[in-house]
Amino acid sequence: MTRGARLGLFAVSSAVLAGLVVWGLTGLPAFGDFHGEYGRILNSVAGTERHVTNVVSAVVFDYRGFDTLGEEFILFTAAMGVALLLREARDDRERPRDEVRSDAVRAIGLALVGPTVVLGLYIVAHGYLTPGGGFQGGVALAGGLVLLYVAGRYRSYRAASPHVLVDVAEGVGAGSYVVVGIAALIAGAAYLGNVVDLGTKGTLAAAGTIPVLNAAAGLEVAAALVLLFHEFLEEVMYPDE
Amino acid sequence: MSFLPYALAAWLLFVGLYGVVTSRNLVHLVICLGVMQSSTYVLLLAIGYRTGKKAPIFTSGVSVKLGAVDPVVQALALTDIVVGVTVAALLLALVIEIWKRSGTLDPDDLRRRDE
Repeated sequence: MTRGARLGLFAVSSAVLAGLVVWGLTGLPAFGDFHGEYGRILNSVAGTERHVTNVVSAVVFDYRGFDTLGEEFILFTAAMGVALLLREARDDRERPRDEVRSDAVRAIGLALVGPTVVLGLYIVAHGYLTPGGGFQGGVALAGGLVLLYVAGRYRSYRAASPHVLVDVAEGVGAGSYVVVGIAALIAGAAYLGNVVDLGTKGTLAAAGTIPVLNAAAGLEVAAALVLLFHEFLEEVMYPDE
Repeated sequence: MSFLPYALAAWLLFVGLYGVVTSRNLVHLVICLGVMQSSTYVLLLAIGYRTGKKAPIFTSGVSVKLGAVDPVVQALALTDIVVGVTVAALLLALVIEIWKRSGTLDPDDLRRRDE
């Protein structure tokens, strides 16, 4: 198909799609005037039912925990796919020198590694109390490790996140989510039912299984992103290919 | 002006789609897919917004009776942002493989090679 024909086809079909989209959008409630009962009810009961202060985390890791299981496995599968595709065709050539020469980058980068990792852990740990959670905190954690690469050498980045450890963390993160669900079944509840003692609202010891699933997601996300960085950085090392 | 968030979502969808259709580089195409995907986040969050309400986080001192914006759409958006990044990484890994095998990233060139 020529470019002109393709653009013509796009113009016609996107006009049809635009009609459908506008039709759909006009049927939505006016902006700011949403009356979905599900969310409203969750907002009012999550605090007393699950002892959480962050209702979004309660939705992610409890009320809709089963959906998150699916999301986790999309993440897991995508990361595994990247590893399969890129690890396959790689040789073990000598790594070119990749040391950072700028003192400013090195100093600021190294100064930020610690705070970024601590921030990531904080966001994961307090996910069901304040804004945050395993998904967001996991990304910050992985970012801390990448700063180690930015500020230092590839070798020190790899030393801080060995392949085996990252692979195992990735598997444990995804697997423990499933295991928590099965444990709830054994305890006589529904899959991923919240069976653990709910603890005191507003403290870290609250919300039953939510902290466990939250930590599992944090581990999974951090490991998946570090794994992705590994694979892509290894590619960058061979620019002549 | 209350239609603006919805208009933005529609705009992101179509500008991303236009990019996908006319792309001459597979990396650019993956990024255009990301733009299309972000239109769903804007749409979800716009739907869940309730005028004057705050985030659904009820720390001590915040009364549940005040209500909040919809937590369900926020939960959908937050997991999907992270998942979207990894899926984009998978697509980029495929792009790297295509580059290794054919030496081009232009979808039109790839088609010509097949013929």
